[in-house]
Parts: sequence; C-alpha cells; structure tokens
Amino acid sequence: MAIVKLRTPITREDARRLRLGDIVYVTGTFVTARDAAHKRMIQYLEEGRKMPFTFEGLTLFHCGPLVKKVDSQWNVLAAGPTTSMRMEPFENRVIQELGVRLIVGKGGMGDKTREALKRFGAAYGAFTGGAAVLAAKRIKKVKDVKWLDLGVPDAVWTFEVDCFGPVIIGMDAHGNSLFRKVQAEALKNKAGIISGFMR
Amino acid sequence: MNLEALIEDVTVDLLRLAVTKLPEDVKEALRKAYRKERNPTGRTQLKTMLDNIEAAEKAGIPICQDTGLISFYLEAGYRFNGLGKIEHILRKAVRRATFEIPLRPNALDPIMHENTNDNTGRNVPYVHWRITDGDSLKITAFPKGGGSENCCALKMMKPAEGLLGLKRFVVETVVEAGGMPCPPTIIGVGIGGGANIAMELAKMSLLRPIGEPNPDENVAKLERELYEAVNRTGVGPMGLGGDSTSLAVKVEYAHRHPASYPVAIAFQCWAARKASAVIHSNGEVEYLTHKHNPHKR
Repeated sequence: MAIVKLRTPITREDARRLRLGDIVYVTGTFVTARDAAHKRMIQYLEEGRKMPFTFEGLTLFHCGPLVKKVDSQWNVLAAGPTTSMRMEPFENRVIQELGVRLIVGKGGMGDKTREALKRFGAAYGAFTGGAAVLAAKRIKKVKDVKWLDLGVPDAVWTFEVDCFGPVIIGMDAHGNSLFRKVQAEALKNKAGIISGFMR
Repeated sequence: MNLEALIEDVTVDLLRLAVTKLPEDVKEALRKAYRKERNPTGRTQLKTMLDNIEAAEKAGIPICQDTGLISFYLEAGYRFNGLGKIEHILRKAVRRATFEIPLRPNALDPIMHENTNDNTGRNVPYVHWRITDGDSLKITAFPKGGGSENCCALKMMKPAEGLLGLKRFVVETVVEAGGMPCPPTIIGVGIGGGANIAMELAKMSLLRPIGEPNPDENVAKLERELYEAVNRTGVGPMGLGGDSTSLAVKVEYAHRHPASYPVAIAFQCWAARKASAVIHSNGEVEYLTHKHNPHKR
C-alpha cells in the first residue's frame, strides 16, 4: 500500500505498477463521462465517427459536476464521483478503443471492466463518494465541455486537476479487485449472520 | 406580511441548509463511526467525509454534487391559509434554489430524456401531505441522491417467510448494494400495507433522527438487531471494507393483508440531507433541524 503521484499522460507501465490499496494523487487531465455519454461514445465507435475529445493517456472520471457559469467561465463547485457500475455495459470498449489508463469513480465495476483493465493496461481508483467540495478544490480549470445537449450532469467535461486524491486503487491492471474481495468476505459473513437469526 | 413570499423564502432556505449542512445527529454518527473504525481504508474514507462536511459548511457549497431529486414532506394545519397554493410556491422555490444555491439540474423526462434544467417536472418536486389540526405549516425538504436511491428494494414476501425472511432480505440487500449507496448508510425498512405503502414507509423512516428508535419496543428491538447484523457484513465505508456499513436502521410498519408480506428497503447515503421548519400563520418561523433564524421578528 503505497502513496503514488501520477501525472497525465499515464502510460500502460504506470497503470501496471499500481497495486490494490495504493493511494494515488493525480495531476493533469480528467475527462468526465456518465451513462448517456458512454452510450453515445459506443454509438460513435460503431458508426466510425470521431470523438470531439480524447481519453488517450488520461483519466476517465465518472462524474456529473455541479457547475456555475460566471461570465463566460465555468466554475466547478462540487464534483464527487458517481456510481461507476452504471457504466459497466460500456466500459470495456471505451478502455479498449479510447486509450483510458485510469478510471476514477466510486463503488467499483464488474468483470467485463476488470478483464479489460488487465488486457489493455489500465486501473480503477475510488474517490470518496460525496466528498464533492474537496474534489472540486483540486479542479483548477474547466478546459472544455462537449455534448452539453445531454444536460450539465451528463456532458463530457475536461478538467485540469492538481493533486486530485486520495484515490484508492480498487481494481488493478492484473485482474484484482478490492470490491470483489470485500463482496466475497461479506457473502461469507452473511451466512453466519443469517444462521445467527435462526437461533 | 406576504405569507406566500415567506413560504417561498423559507423553502429556498431549507433547500440550501439541506444540501450544505448535515443535521447534527448525522455528523455525530459519522464522527463516532470514524472513532470506532478499525479498517485503515475505512478510516481514510470517513476522514474524507468529515473533512468534506466541514469544507462545504464553511463555503456554503453543496456537500455532494448530486443535490438530488427533491421531495417535500408537509404537515399542514387545516386552518393554514392558502393550502391550495402551496405546491405552486414549492415549485417556484425549487426553480429559484436551482439557480441561487445552486442545485444540479436533476429532473429528466424519462421518455424523451430532456433535462428541464430547473429541478421541476412531472410529479417532481414530489409533495407528501399530512393534514393536521391547527394553523401551522411544517415543511421538510428532502433532497435525495440517486446513488443510494438506486439500491432501494421491494419484495412481496410470502407471509410464511415471516420475520426471518425479512431479516435475510435486509442483510442480502445490504451485501448486494455494496459500496454503491455510499455507506455508511441509514437504512429504512417499511413493512406491510401494500407495495407503495411499504416503500413510502421505508422512505419516510429515513427522516427520523438517528438516535431515535421506533417508540414501539418490539420494533426498536428489530431495528437494533438489523443494525448489528448489517454492520457485521464488513462492507464498510464506500464498500472498501470496514466496521461501519450503516449509521442506523429505521423500521416503520403498517398492518398487512393476510396474504401479503411486503417489505421495502430504502437507503440514505452518509450525506443524509434534510431540513425542516414550521411556519406559523402569524409569520413566525421555527427551524427544526438546523440552528438558523433569518426571519426573526
């Protein structure tokens, strides 16, 4: 369990060095995408259309921020992670085709993503859900926003971040998942708890 | 004194208080969880939550970027003037709050997928009415985040499954939800009545303060048993492992049909946001969940 400072662009080697439980602080570029954006990205991939943004070497941030426009500048007021599992149907393709090296979200993701992280050299980190004001403080600038027609929470926001963290590596590039471990342990505990009820 | 304008102002205030400041019972429960947490990852999560609560309160910024889907729970004295206009005023307040606080625009048409951009829409904000005696209006603003809401569950159990089946359902649901509802959560359990009634009871039970058990001792006993059970799962803060999976379990019930045993489970995330005030007909306002008094007379 190490403290790791990462800077984008993140390489496959950077991602492969990360271990479960590592505490990461990221500096560089985060690009947000939630349900609707993921759906549209898959559609674009299927139609062979070019994305109006890039993920290559960058951090994909599962987040629908709370923003306020002051004059022509967007200010990010609160930006904690959203539940990553909603993106599970799409994430393996996004990792494969769009060069994501680090995903930051909350709650973990499933086996399809876990396999893609291993195959393509990427990792998943969890930032504390709801710690949105602390997260926003690490976002220095809104560099771009695309697909605002999806609504503010679902648009693709490009943020410049400085020392964003603590991000706990919950799924590494080797097929391991802390969420799976906790879940397996909880299932074991469940059996004991339920037999306790019967006494 | 313009009572309608006052109601609108108080409602905007309640929404602001709800999203930026947690009630004291929730903060104390989180501090206690942090002190007792043995898992180091769990401790970092709880510390981050507590630091964020402080930062949000200081800056007057919403604690979580998901300022939720908005519901209001009203206890309206039948002699309070203008009850027919209240829903209209609440909707105006929500639009204003969206712009002023601000709130994230969280109302989407489920068929056309368009965001209304002001947190109002069809049947939203949701308004629950209880008509009472007297001439005061109690408003509780309840902004409810999507993450925890998505873990809510309903099971139309067979009566033969009984309490044992209920306890098993609660523990299974908590384990399945894992980190997705942002534990440590407040868990509401609604029993009986019917599908909608059980779920309504489960949601409303989340409004009861953490330290207040159900006044019926048999139900309080069930609350304690479920609380201990879910905290033994080891799901922990944010599902990363630990002792603190739930801050409290609240049970409410209605009598049930002989053939039915509906059990509903509602989750409230660690950022358990709500704010209440009573508006008296003479214009006096009492804030109940937060120390706040801008309308002093």
